[in-house]
Amino acid sequence: MNLTRRELLTTFLGAPIALAACERSAPRALPEGEIVGANWQLGHVLREGRTFEVAADKWKRVRVAIVGAGVAGLAAAWQLKRKGVNDFVVLELEKEAGGTSRSGEGSPVGYPWGAHYLPVPFRENTKLIELLDEMSLAEGRSDEGDLVIKEQYLCREPEERVFYKGRWYPGLYLHVGESEADKRELAAFEEKINTWVNWRDARGRRAFVVPAALGSDDTEVTALDKISFGDWLRREGFTSERLFWYCDYACRDDYGLKLEQTSAWAGLFYFCSRVRKSGDESQPFITFPEGNGRFVRHMAERVREHLLSSHAVVSIVPGDGGAEVVCLADDELRGFRCEKVIFASPVFTAPFVIRGFSEERPFDASAFHSNSWFVANLHMKDRPRSRFARDFPVAWDNVLYESPSLGYVNATHQKGIDYGQTVWTYYYPMCHEENGRTKLLNYDWRELAEVALTDIGRAHPEIWELTTRIDIMRWGHAMISPRTGFLWGGERQKATQPYRNIHFAHTDLSGIALFEEAFFHGLRAAKNIFGDERKSA
Amino acid sequence: MKRIPLLFLNVVIIATCGLIYELLAATVSSYVLGDSVTQFSLIIGIYLFAMGVGSWLSGFLEKELARKFVEIELAVALIGGFSAPLLFLTFANVSYFAVILYSMVFIIGALVGLEIPLLMRILKDELDFKDLVSRVLALDYVGALVAALLFPIFLVPKLGLNRTSLLFGMLNAAVGLWGTWLLEPLIRRRLTLLRVKGFVVLVLLAIAFIKAESLTTMAEDALFPDQIVYAKSSPYQRIVVTRGKLGHSLFLNGNLQFNSFDEYRYHEALVHPAFAAFEGEPRRVLVLGGGDGLAVREILKYPSVESVTLVDLDPLMTGLSKELPALAELNRNAMDDPRVTVINADAFVWLDDVESPPFDIAIVDFPDPNNFALGKLYSTRFYKLLRERLQPEASVVIQCTSPLYARKSFWSIIKTLEASGFTVKPFQTTVPSFGVWGYALAKMQPFEKPGELRSGIELKFLNPTSFPSLFDFPADMTMPAEEIEINRLDNQALVRYYETEWRRFE
Repeated sequence: MNLTRRELLTTFLGAPIALAACERSAPRALPEGEIVGANWQLGHVLREGRTFEVAADKWKRVRVAIVGAGVAGLAAAWQLKRKGVNDFVVLELEKEAGGTSRSGEGSPVGYPWGAHYLPVPFRENTKLIELLDEMSLAEGRSDEGDLVIKEQYLCREPEERVFYKGRWYPGLYLHVGESEADKRELAAFEEKINTWVNWRDARGRRAFVVPAALGSDDTEVTALDKISFGDWLRREGFTSERLFWYCDYACRDDYGLKLEQTSAWAGLFYFCSRVRKSGDESQPFITFPEGNGRFVRHMAERVREHLLSSHAVVSIVPGDGGAEVVCLADDELRGFRCEKVIFASPVFTAPFVIRGFSEERPFDASAFHSNSWFVANLHMKDRPRSRFARDFPVAWDNVLYESPSLGYVNATHQKGIDYGQTVWTYYYPMCHEENGRTKLLNYDWRELAEVALTDIGRAHPEIWELTTRIDIMRWGHAMISPRTGFLWGGERQKATQPYRNIHFAHTDLSGIALFEEAFFHGLRAAKNIFGDERKSA
Repeated sequence: MKRIPLLFLNVVIIATCGLIYELLAATVSSYVLGDSVTQFSLIIGIYLFAMGVGSWLSGFLEKELARKFVEIELAVALIGGFSAPLLFLTFANVSYFAVILYSMVFIIGALVGLEIPLLMRILKDELDFKDLVSRVLALDYVGALVAALLFPIFLVPKLGLNRTSLLFGMLNAAVGLWGTWLLEPLIRRRLTLLRVKGFVVLVLLAIAFIKAESLTTMAEDALFPDQIVYAKSSPYQRIVVTRGKLGHSLFLNGNLQFNSFDEYRYHEALVHPAFAAFEGEPRRVLVLGGGDGLAVREILKYPSVESVTLVDLDPLMTGLSKELPALAELNRNAMDDPRVTVINADAFVWLDDVESPPFDIAIVDFPDPNNFALGKLYSTRFYKLLRERLQPEASVVIQCTSPLYARKSFWSIIKTLEASGFTVKPFQTTVPSFGVWGYALAKMQPFEKPGELRSGIELKFLNPTSFPSLFDFPADMTMPAEEIEINRLDNQALVRYYETEWRRFE
C-alpha cells in the first residue's frame, strides 16, 4: 500500500501519535527482517471450490484424519494416541504445527508468535491437568486438591506495567491520578464481578467457567450476549474513563475486539471465569519464554509420526461409511480414505472444503467471524534503560495506555535473564480497522515494522538502535470474534454436532479463542468418535 | 575618575570566577569519569586553549565594546553559573557526559578569554599601555590565586559544588550588571534592555541558589563524601570506588558494598560459619556474587579448599578486583589464585543451565534485593536450584540484609530458605559501615548451631568467645509476630518488603 509515513502511522496509531512521531524525527532506517509464517496463498486456494482428482496410487486408508494441527487438532491427536488409537493422520497447512500457539526458536530464548500464557486450570479441568502433569509442570496438589504449578513456570513478578504520559506504572489498571469517583467505580466493578463469580444456576453451574461448555445456559446469563460489554458497563452505571479503558484493553487482549464490539457475556467471561470464589485472585498464569509454543510442541512431539505438515486439505467428501480427504502437498494431490474426520480448522473454512456443506448447511459457517492481528518479534541486542529512576521496571507484559496496540511481552522475563539480548513480542489487533483483514494483507513488512517501532519508540526511543531484527506475522484469521449476539445465537451450538462423519473441533465452537477451549473441543471430538464406534459396534 | 579602580576590581572577580568554573569542571569530571590526573590535565588544557581562542576572537570585535563586554559577562554568568548543576544532571549518562563537559569547558574558556582583551581595549584610552598591561595581568593572576585558595578550603566543604557554581555565576552577573553603570557613557543605546537582561540572569541564578538543596539531593545524592578513585558504568551497574580517611569503599549503583576499615567483620562472618558447620574437609566452594573477591580471600585461608568457583554477573567488577591495586591488595590477590575460577553470568541463569559436580560449601553474597532482577536471587526457585548443586552435607551462608533496618525482609529470606527445604540458623553481627547485619547459615539436613570455629585460621574479628553469640538475636530483631511472606518468583514479596523498609531511611 502506498501511504505516506504520516498516513500509515495515523491509520495504525491514531493522529496524535502519528503527528508527534513525524514531528520528532525523520523516517529512520529499519533493521532487517521479513514477513514470516501464515500461508495466505495456499489458504486461499481453498476458496476456489474446485474438484480434485487424486491419482489411484496416492490414496491411503486411515481410520481418522484430523484436519488442522492447531491446539484443537493436536489435542484430539494426543488424546487418540493416549487411547491407543494409532491409525490416524494430522494434516496441517503450514510448515509447522501449533496454529496461533506457534513460536520461534532463538537466542537466548524462544519467543511466541501468538498465544503466550495459560491460566492455571481449576481442579475440575482434569483432562487439561493430565496434559500439564505429563509435561511435569506440576509440583503437586494443595490440601484442597488444587493443582500446584512449579514456581519457574508461573509468571514471574512483575507481571504487568503500563506506560502513560511518558512514565511506566505498575499493574494494568492505571491507578496514578485516579479520582475518588474512579476508585469507587473500580470497587463497584469488582463487586459486580464477584457477584457473577458467585452466581450459580438451578443446576449449580457457574455462569462463566473454563471450558465454557460447562457453564450455565440460563437465560439470565445468555441474555448478556445480546448487548455489548460497553452497553453493559453503561447499563450498570459506570462512567469512569480508566475503567472503560481497562475493560477495552481486556477485550482487545483476549478477543481482538473493542469494548463496543464485544459481547457482554464474553467481557464478563474474561473477568469471572478464572476466579474461583469471590475475593480470590484470578488464577495465576503458566508461561514460558516461547509462550504456548511449549504446549503445542509437547503434543506435536507425542504424535510426531502422525503429523503431516505442509499438507493443505483442499476437499473433504463425506460418504456413508466415512469420508475422503484430499490434500495438496509437494505439488501433488494425496488422498486419505478414513472412517472419521476431525475438522480442527477454523469453522468458517468448512463450506470451502467440505463437499455438500453449502447445500445442506448444517449450520451457518458465515456466522463465525474471525479477526486479524499482526505480531512483530523484535530481536534486541540490549534493553532500553529506564528513563526515570522511579519508572516501574520492565515487566513480562508491558502495556501502552495511549496505543491501540497491546504493547509488548518480554521473552527472557520468565527465564530470569534480566540483562543483554532479548526478544520482545509486539501484538497489534486490527480491531480499530474496518476490513482489517483485507487491509492487513496490503501492508508490507516495511510498513508494519515502522508501526511497531514507532509505537514502542514512544516509550523507548532507543528501540530503533537496539533492534537488530524485526520479523512480522500477519494473522489474517487470528481468532474467533465473540461479537454481540454470536455466542448464544445458536450457530456455534449446532456446530458441536457432527456433520455426517465429520466432527468439528475448534476453539471457534466456544466462541472465544482460548487454549483451554480448543483443547476441550479436541478431546470432545476424539471422545465422540469413540462414542460413535461404541454405538456402531 | 573613580571607575578605573572599580574596573580593576572587576578584573579580579572575572579572573576568580573563570578559575572557579575551571576547577568545578575538573572536579565534577574526576568525580564522574574517575582518574583525576587525566581529568584535571584535560580540563585545564582545554580551558586555557579556549581562552586563547577567545582572545584571538576578540580581535574581530570592532564596535560597541562596552556593550559586548557586558553581554559576554552575562553569558559567562549563565553558562558558568549553571555548569555544575547541569553536569550533575547529565552525570547519569556517561556516554554524552564527556561531550557536554568538554564543550561547556570550551565555551566558558572562550568567553572568559574574550573578557580581558575587551576590558583592556575599553581601558586603553584611560591609561598608559605599560600600566594597563601590568595591572590588568597582575590582577588577573591575583584573582586566580584567590580562586585556587577559596575553592578547596572554603567553597567545596562549605557550599558544595552546585552552590559554588551558582554563587560565582551570580558574582559574574553582578559584575555585568554593575558594568552597565560603570561603562554607561560607553554604552548609550538600549541601556535599559541590557540591565533587564542582567537582572534576569541574576535572579535566575539566585533562585537556583536558594533551591540548590533540592537540586543537590536530585543530582548529588549518588555522590560521595570521599574522593573517587574509580567510577565506571558497566551494562549492569555503576561501579564507584572511593578513598577516604578510613580507607577504600566500593559502591554499586550508589549502594555501599564495603569499606576497607571494617569489611573484615562482614566477610569473616559471611565465610567462616559455613566452614564451622561443615563436617569433614571442604574442597569445593561456590561463591555467588561477591565479585570484590573479599569472600574468596577468607575462603582461601582453608588449605583443604581445592577449588573456588565465583559466579558474578559483571566482568567489569571481577576484573576490577584483580586489576585495581587498592582492591587487589585488599583481597590479597585472591582473583589470581590458581584455585579460583571466575564465571561471569547471572547466578540464576547459571544455576539453571550448568551441570557441575556438587559443592561442599556455598557463599551467597548478592547486593540487597532492591529490585526485581535481584529479588529473583532470593526466591524459593533460586534456593531450590542451589540445592541441586550441593552435596547433601553441604553448608551455605547467605547475606540477608539488616535484621534491624529491614526486619521483615530479613525474616522473609529466612522463611524462604526454610520453604526451599533448608534448615536455617540465622545470625547477625555489627559492621559499623552498614549497621547491624544479618546472615543465614543453612544446610539441607537438620543441624545444630556450630559451637566453635575451625582452628588454625587467622582471623581479625571472630574468636571462640564471640562466635556462639552471633546466633543470638536481641528482641528488636527477632521474627515479627505478623505473618511474613515467602519470596517466590511469582510474588517477589521480598522486593516489596525491602522497598518499604529501607525507604524509611532515605
